[in-house]
Amino acid sequence: MLKQIEGSHGVAEAVALCRPEVICAYPITPQTHIVEDLGVLVKSGKLTNCEYINVESEFAALSVGIGSSAAGARTYTATASQGILFMAEAVYNASGLGLPIVMTVGNRSIGAPINIWNDQTDSMSMRDAGWIQLFVEDNQQAVDIHIQAFKIAEKLSLPVMVCMDGFILTHAIEGIDVPEQKQVDKFLPPFVPRQVLDPEDPISIGAMVGPEAFTEVRYIAHQKQKEALKLIPQINEEFKKIFGRDSGGLISTSNTEGADTVIVTLGSVIGTIEEALDEQDEKIGALTIRSFRPFPLEEIRSALKNAKRVVVFEKCFAVGIGGIVANNVRMAMSGTNIPVYEVIGGLGGRPIIRKSLHKLFKDAVNDKLENVTFLDLKKDVVDRELEREKQLIQSGSVAENVLRDGGVVNAAKTT
Amino acid sequence: MFQVRIHGRGGQGVVSAAEILSVAAFIEGKHSQAVPSFGSERMGAPVVAFCRIDDKTIRLREPILEPDALIVQDPTLFSAIDVFAGLSENGYLLINSKRSIEELGIADAIHLPEDKVRLVPATEIALKYIKRPLPNAVLLGALAAVTGVIKIDSVTEAIASKFPGKIGDVNIQAAESAYKLLSHNNQEELTC
Repeated sequence: MLKQIEGSHGVAEAVALCRPEVICAYPITPQTHIVEDLGVLVKSGKLTNCEYINVESEFAALSVGIGSSAAGARTYTATASQGILFMAEAVYNASGLGLPIVMTVGNRSIGAPINIWNDQTDSMSMRDAGWIQLFVEDNQQAVDIHIQAFKIAEKLSLPVMVCMDGFILTHAIEGIDVPEQKQVDKFLPPFVPRQVLDPEDPISIGAMVGPEAFTEVRYIAHQKQKEALKLIPQINEEFKKIFGRDSGGLISTSNTEGADTVIVTLGSVIGTIEEALDEQDEKIGALTIRSFRPFPLEEIRSALKNAKRVVVFEKCFAVGIGGIVANNVRMAMSGTNIPVYEVIGGLGGRPIIRKSLHKLFKDAVNDKLENVTFLDLKKDVVDRELEREKQLIQSGSVAENVLRDGGVVNAAKTT
Repeated sequence: MFQVRIHGRGGQGVVSAAEILSVAAFIEGKHSQAVPSFGSERMGAPVVAFCRIDDKTIRLREPILEPDALIVQDPTLFSAIDVFAGLSENGYLLINSKRSIEELGIADAIHLPEDKVRLVPATEIALKYIKRPLPNAVLLGALAAVTGVIKIDSVTEAIASKFPGKIGDVNIQAAESAYKLLSHNNQEELTC
């Protein structure tokens, strides 16, 4: 049924339709509304046969999730930002143990400096943790991909992280077609665990594995992710048949055929990018990466092979080297001579606006982009702080200095 | 596309106003998107929320930089932030105040024809019906009267769906009161 609702509420309804048996809840902005709304659904009796557990931390949230999933319960949790860092050890354990937990990440920056706004640094910090990572463009996809996520997770016995831009999607109220229970039941069969901890039939999972077998176990994890490259599009096809919507898959493209320049991105920014592209006449296409792990090297290479240049636009970067997504895209393009430019934007919630994108497109088609560009960087503020550090040994805190120089606050001087 | 930016302070229902407006547009079969500006919300802090209304899918996710209508729920914001930034020359401006533009000292900042600017005693109307100084529903009623972008019946239906029961009822009365007041005074400045 089409409803005008908040993204977080849509996700809560979608998760409830998947009949989770355990939900581990710990609040952190900007995902809190999701677990709150699920709490209401459980308490009101709309979601039955589900244990809603208020835990004491993110580490506990995923640790409890590991236990419940290992005991054969369909398990869900959600987190963001510092929360995913606090559960980091459990994140690796969930995938290493092969437990099909679904977790939403309401994407947010990571401090310090503390910042509650959107970028994708949090999910990216766990990109190599062995989870499947799916990034959504809008709230309809957020709903649809959560439903697909349980199926992907359980078929592979691997955890899936659904990554949705914090605030921009979690707090946006827009039209969402929320599926019917009978559709979801038809699409998603009851969970049959590949391994289960049962007191009636005791086994152990999570054995110590020495040098004689560790490589093989890790190799199988890698193979499973490769299997997911085939499974994710298949499951999207099954989804399409029942729900009539194309919401998943590994990548999506628009106007990449015959494009000289292709912008590659992930998450909700594609909406603003496509609006901006519609306003100009250059041959620029766009490619959105839905599945970041596994990374669809072949699909991306094939979609970009006729471009003259590729511009990767990402809301995260690896300090000391540059774009994270760009580096992965370069791997897909290795052996071609197509240049891959990196643009870092939207960090810590800085709005990504069409005006800046138009300048970016113009620079891109004229090959005037630097290898790494920070969109809308306030160069004067940066230069002033760097100069201050040169002049003074006790130059103070960078964050406070930059806030003061940028005229944001009347921050107290530290020297 | 019609873009509305709502300014107010934490506790005045700015975010709810954007949501209600988007639901009202949805009721009319339109596409709409409501988004709060994102801060650490707290009572009294300046808050901004956005609502876009269109006949087709809305993909744009930048903040509303050039609003077609601007609602100012709190006239003490003028000294704190540039609420008028980007207001379109053909835009509408609704301000919650019983004072005049001159009395508010903002005449120089507004570059709109007089018929596009409305001062609405929204706090007073809210106190009369809701018994609390919550101007959001009142100003949505005013928006319906002045812009015609949304029907008052859709606004009241949206309020009822967000706030079922008595709270919704009194907010609906307040919104309808503002709608009637501004419909009657469509060509005059309101300073009651």
